[in-house]
Amino acid sequence: MNAAYIEKFLPLYQRAAILTVRIGIEGIFLAILIGLLCAIILYEKIPVIRQVVMVYVEISRNTPLLVQLFFIYYGLPKVGVRLSPEICGVIGLAFLGGSYMAEAFRSGLEGVENIQRESAYSLGMNRFQTMRYVILPQAVSTSIPAFIANIIFLLKETSVFSAISLMDLMFTAKDLIGLYYKTTESLTLLVVFYLMILLPVSILGAIVERRMRYAGFGS
Amino acid sequence: MPDLGLEVLLKGNNMLRLLGGLWVAVKISLISIGLSIPLGILLGIIMTRKNIAIRCLTKLYLETIRIMPQLVLLFLVFFGSTRSLGWNLSGETASVIVFVLWGTAEMGDLVRGALISIPRHQYESSEALGFSKAQSYLYIILPQTLRRLIPLSINLITRMIKTTSLILMIGVVEVLKVGQQIIEANRMTSPNAAFGIFLVIFILYFLVCWPISLAARHLERKWS
Repeated sequence: MNAAYIEKFLPLYQRAAILTVRIGIEGIFLAILIGLLCAIILYEKIPVIRQVVMVYVEISRNTPLLVQLFFIYYGLPKVGVRLSPEICGVIGLAFLGGSYMAEAFRSGLEGVENIQRESAYSLGMNRFQTMRYVILPQAVSTSIPAFIANIIFLLKETSVFSAISLMDLMFTAKDLIGLYYKTTESLTLLVVFYLMILLPVSILGAIVERRMRYAGFGS
Repeated sequence: MPDLGLEVLLKGNNMLRLLGGLWVAVKISLISIGLSIPLGILLGIIMTRKNIAIRCLTKLYLETIRIMPQLVLLFLVFFGSTRSLGWNLSGETASVIVFVLWGTAEMGDLVRGALISIPRHQYESSEALGFSKAQSYLYIILPQTLRRLIPLSINLITRMIKTTSLILMIGVVEVLKVGQQIIEANRMTSPNAAFGIFLVIFILYFLVCWPISLAARHLERKWS
């Protein structure tokens, strides 16, 4: 261990961590939106779009993010779709995460007893109100554990972005190992920075999970 | 019809080379899963012990492995072991080590979850019937656990196969690397090869993982 090198590397890792977190947040935010939309489409059994969503979920869940990114970043420009690495990263993460989020929300929605929906209808609520005030709050509560697991999973998946030449933490570590041959310092910093990103999320997730356990009526 | 660079696949034995690359990835995940399942079952059984020290240790192992991205683990083992232990691991060995460590942790947690989901009275009843500890595990607990466990472990296999795409980053020549080689070799004759090759790799991964996912879902529905 050499403190001088650690000091020298620190700003580089800082910049990389910020990039990782930013792309992570953007991608996860989009993934949540896509997931929610897909889950509602599946739950409401909207014809045609439902089949499209099902195909999307299967494709996205059964291919690795790295392969998706390679296709988006290296493949698509050949047919005229040229995107910056950062946009590719966000799109890749959203494409992958959308299906995982959709599955989490869908199982949450299906976990809400049918009697809840029927009761809401008999109280005179319309379809939208039932969804908004009765079904969704309970579904969100039951899907929280899966939801949090997905967020952590997606944050971890951001580590593959270095493959499309985004200067993230992995890229920085590999670069510094190659440049200075300071493997120990580079890898230690890599682990420390990932822990700084992932530990708080994981601890916060556990707290939220405990707080949000309020659903399960009518079962 | 724009040039999609698919004709490259028909040249020479390019398609065979791609499939060979895919086999490297699948082989590594099969070896890892083959080692992870028995080790994970052992870990899972150990984790249900009441002993505080054992609990803390196994929990620590599980959480450490889980919180790190698999790519970071790969880097730690591949680059770290060379530096601090003086080993010269090949990329394949390093990836098998990482995937076994990771797979054992995940499998252990699945086994633990399945074991504690068996109601207490099952254990007590078998004891009351005079079964020994080993007998009650073998005839009462394990058959029930397996039903919950098998679909989940099949899912773990697909996750393992998908994660093996990462071994490209520590220099193992697998399907993505072979794809890059083919693209480079045909840069002049078919400049659009990147689209076709990466699309085919995308489809190949899907064709490997999808049937396994379907099987897992089928078993889950059948047994739940």
